[in-house]
Amino acid sequence: MRAIGPAAEIPPGEGRTYTVDGEMVAVFRLRDGSVRALQAVCPHKGGPLADGQIDLKQVVCPLHLNAWDLRTGCSLSGQPDLAVYPVRIDDDTILLGD
Amino acid sequence: MRPRLVVIGNGMAGARTVEEILARGGDFDITMFGDEPYGNYNRIMLSNVLAGVEDESGIFLNDLSWYADNGITLHTGTRIDRIDRFAKVVYAADGTETPYDKLIIATGSRAFVPPIPGIHRPGRGYHQGVFAFRTLDDTRAMIRYAREHQRAVVIGGGLLGLEAARGLQNHLPHVTLIHAAGHLMNAQLNADAGETLRATIEARLGIEVIVNGRTTEILGKNAVSGVKLADGRVIPCDVVVVAAGIRANAEMAAASGLVVERGIVVDDRMRAQDEDDIYAVGECAQHRGETYGLVAPLWDQAKVLADHLTGVNPLAEYHGSRVATKLKVAGVDVAAMGLTEPERDDDESLTFAEPKKGIYKNLIIRDGRLVGATMVGDVKKVAFLMQAFDRGLALPEERAELMFDLGGPAGEVKVEELADDEQVCNCNGVSKGAICSTVQSGCRTVSGVMDKTRAGKGCGTCKPLVQRIVEWAAGGEVEEDPAASYYVPGIPMPKPELMNAIRVHSLRSVSSVFATLGGEEDAKSKMGLASLLKMMWGADYVDERDARFINDRVHANIQRDGTFSVVPQMKGGVTTPAQLRRIAEVAEKHEVPMVKLTGGQRIDLLGIPKEKLPEVWADLDMPSGYAYGKSFRTVKTCVGSDFCRFGVGDSTALGIALEERYQGIEGPGKMKLAVTGCPRNCAEAYVKDLGVVAIDGGKWEIYVGGAAGAHIRKGDLLTTVGSADEVMVLTGRFLQYYRENANWLERTYAFVPRIGIERIREIVVDDADGLAAALDTAMDASVAAYRDPWKDRDEPATPGQFRTSLPLTVLPQVPVRA
Ligand SMILES: Cc1cc2nc3c(=O)[nH]c(=O)nc-3n(C[C@H](O)[C@H](O)[C@H](O)COP(=O)(O)OP(=O)(O)OC[C@H]3O[C@@H](n4cnc5c(N)ncnc54)[C@H](O)[C@@H]3O)c2cc1C
Ligand code: HEM
Ligand code: SF4
Ligand code: SF4
Ligand code: FES
Repeated sequence: MRAIGPAAEIPPGEGRTYTVDGEMVAVFRLRDGSVRALQAVCPHKGGPLADGQIDLKQVVCPLHLNAWDLRTGCSLSGQPDLAVYPVRIDDDTILLGD
Repeated sequence: MRPRLVVIGNGMAGARTVEEILARGGDFDITMFGDEPYGNYNRIMLSNVLAGVEDESGIFLNDLSWYADNGITLHTGTRIDRIDRFAKVVYAADGTETPYDKLIIATGSRAFVPPIPGIHRPGRGYHQGVFAFRTLDDTRAMIRYAREHQRAVVIGGGLLGLEAARGLQNHLPHVTLIHAAGHLMNAQLNADAGETLRATIEARLGIEVIVNGRTTEILGKNAVSGVKLADGRVIPCDVVVVAAGIRANAEMAAASGLVVERGIVVDDRMRAQDEDDIYAVGECAQHRGETYGLVAPLWDQAKVLADHLTGVNPLAEYHGSRVATKLKVAGVDVAAMGLTEPERDDDESLTFAEPKKGIYKNLIIRDGRLVGATMVGDVKKVAFLMQAFDRGLALPEERAELMFDLGGPAGEVKVEELADDEQVCNCNGVSKGAICSTVQSGCRTVSGVMDKTRAGKGCGTCKPLVQRIVEWAAGGEVEEDPAASYYVPGIPMPKPELMNAIRVHSLRSVSSVFATLGGEEDAKSKMGLASLLKMMWGADYVDERDARFINDRVHANIQRDGTFSVVPQMKGGVTTPAQLRRIAEVAEKHEVPMVKLTGGQRIDLLGIPKEKLPEVWADLDMPSGYAYGKSFRTVKTCVGSDFCRFGVGDSTALGIALEERYQGIEGPGKMKLAVTGCPRNCAEAYVKDLGVVAIDGGKWEIYVGGAAGAHIRKGDLLTTVGSADEVMVLTGRFLQYYRENANWLERTYAFVPRIGIERIREIVVDDADGLAAALDTAMDASVAAYRDPWKDRDEPATPGQFRTSLPLTVLPQVPVRA
């Protein structure tokens, strides 16, 4: 588990990209206060998922509007699934990994 | 014990009937006998196998594992010789006997081989080099032999003969087609159509065609060396393919005591005459005096038979098929249905022929209904004609419309005629097959299917077709999608209701709309709500950045690689040397990968990384051109009366004034405008959301609802006014009416026809509803609330607003703690 930055870095309802061990991870802060972390690069055509719009369930890629389940990484529109990473907020810090 | 069902014949009809039975949950102990040594394959595709465009392995419909998986006992290569109707047993050629409770005969047909001297070798089948064209084995043997020979003669100029001739060309250099009748495909076509087909086939394919050619002898001692015709001509050849027609395989049934004429006689339930437990289906069956030689009728027969056997619908009846054919015969489109010649004095017969292009069309109309149609070379209208023929539809007064697309919307494609692999959505590469299988997997709403497959989610032109495919695939069981009328999918309300609720509850932010009206937040609804709230509340709107699409968060258009494009405002497409110099310097300084003129008359700097956007704006120090939002985009202009020798109005000045006033106003969709200085329309004002055209006498015409994107539409004339000021006011009023009443992403080209130009004119121009003042006030407020987003660059609006999300190298590197 590692700290990747202050929670305030991510505005509510948006996502930001982090690089961890050379892996790109998109971290989203949901409007209910929880966080989700998924692979940052869209498996469709490489879109930046952190720039996508989200709700409590899904993220929508900004390039061609494919959608994925934020919790499981499962595609909701027939694309390959996304890798998901355990993530939580502790003391206003985003902690990635188990 | 389960009832025993025995099927004789493992071809297209037999296997399809069993599939239909299984689909209805029929509980039988099934045994199938097939003379051929294979599972069921698509016989139609043999033409393609011969032509080398399809691989043998690709034509199997049911491979051996299908039989095993469904618990069916299949005896391939086993011929049934006799049926004992009383003992209810079938006897196979190998001596085995198999008892049945129900029996289906689906033995199909075989090639009819006329008794021409020399065609057979005594006691040994065909003469060497003579082939029929019916089975996979026939096809294989023909290919093998043809490859090593030079000249082929095909006897028979029907569908099968033509296909054989085309296919053979693939394997040897000379093919001659000999047809006994006066013109090709004489069963389906009249003489002129047959003649057109002949000319095309000779000219385009290089197949020599001999009509009125009666073959009297096959020559050659050990192998074929030629054919002799009745007029004495001899055509030298080393391969002969006989395609002179088909005969039902009904002898075995006849010998077993069933009633047989040209085929096994069946009633409307496909039951053999006078038999309780024996049925016949496919080409071997004769129903109401007809035997069929194409697959379409046997699909219908198989359904009726399965309905009966399983008891799912004991009342099902087959009433025969009206055979309308649309085929590609040897690469030429041919469609034929009903009569080929007028029969009565008052039958209307319409003919169009363009022999040079190989086009022939003939229609026969009786009492205002279509009773016959023949088309060769151009079958564009066939979908409508088949419908008119099948259902006896009333025909358009303008008879020419039956043959040609006369302007207006292009002829609709008929869903059932689209091939499964036909690409329906060209943006997202979705085929008809993909849409159908999504429907079959249980998704029965149009929007659900569009979500799952992404069909119709690109440029949107294919949406009506997607909808029709879903309706067709769901077999009329398409579920009404209430969501279709919602402004956005996440809030179950049409726009007027939604706006009312927003006002009543004073909802000023997107999250409060969800909390109060929707229950749950929905990513796909946020952008539409943000646009609506901004329009309704202006400066009082509570802006939550996550409700914005990325383009609106960073005021630039995201590109395929995650970089952005920057388009500075250039009002009316007019620029200055100083402005150009500045843009040039910025482009150089930031090493902008591409500088491009846009379709909207300005300059696009493409490939700017997100984190550099504020810097680029600062260096440009020009207002945003809004080339990224669902908003007022640009006003294209021509040079007009200032310079143009035809100009009758100052289009540039008016365009600049319009852009200055309405810049950046958000709406349900993009708003692209143009002003042109005379009706020559150099600025393309007729195809804009709102286009203004100067006409003589100092007047201006205003067109609305035009489009020239994926959808092309000429705008409707809203009104003609006498001054530029009136143009300014009416533009604002129209745009405001559109903003308040259009659905999310509904462009004016859809909105204007939906409301109707007369109604829009009443409201916007004549103020019949007394709304004008309110519309003007609302628009004034929006204009006043406008602020150039590129000015907000010193402080990011949110933490990391411009932080890159790609690519790897420039991301903040996180220190790794063990
Ligand atoms: C080259 C070619 C191209 C064609 N192109 C088209 C086309 O483009 N469009 C179209 O609509 N139609 C086309 N057809 C016609 C179409 O293939 C037939 O209408 C269809 O196959 C008929 O199905 P069926 O089951 O009645 O007969 P078949 O498919 O012939 O099946 C009958 C089966 O029963 C077996 N059998 C016969 N007698 C016995 C017995 N006593 N014991 C055991 N088994 C037996 C046969 O060996 C055969 O396998 C084409 C046909 C051919 C040959
Ligand atoms: C993500 C995809 C798209 C991008 C990046 C894009 C980008 C642009 C840009 C930057 C311009 C110039 C706009 C201006 O100067 O204001 C433009 C103009 C235009 N675009 Fe697009 N566009 C996209 C999708 C589409 C689609 C799907 C269509 C058609 C269905 C379309 C039709 C047009 C037309 C007709 C113009 C010319 C407008 C005019 O002359 O006023 N664009 N596009
Ligand atoms: S700029 Fe327009 S036409 Fe060109 S590829 Fe993109 S969407 Fe298609
Ligand atoms: S539209 Fe008319 S006025 Fe404008 S440039 Fe063309 S010809 Fe000249
Ligand atoms: S790149 Fe993400 S949907 Fe296409």
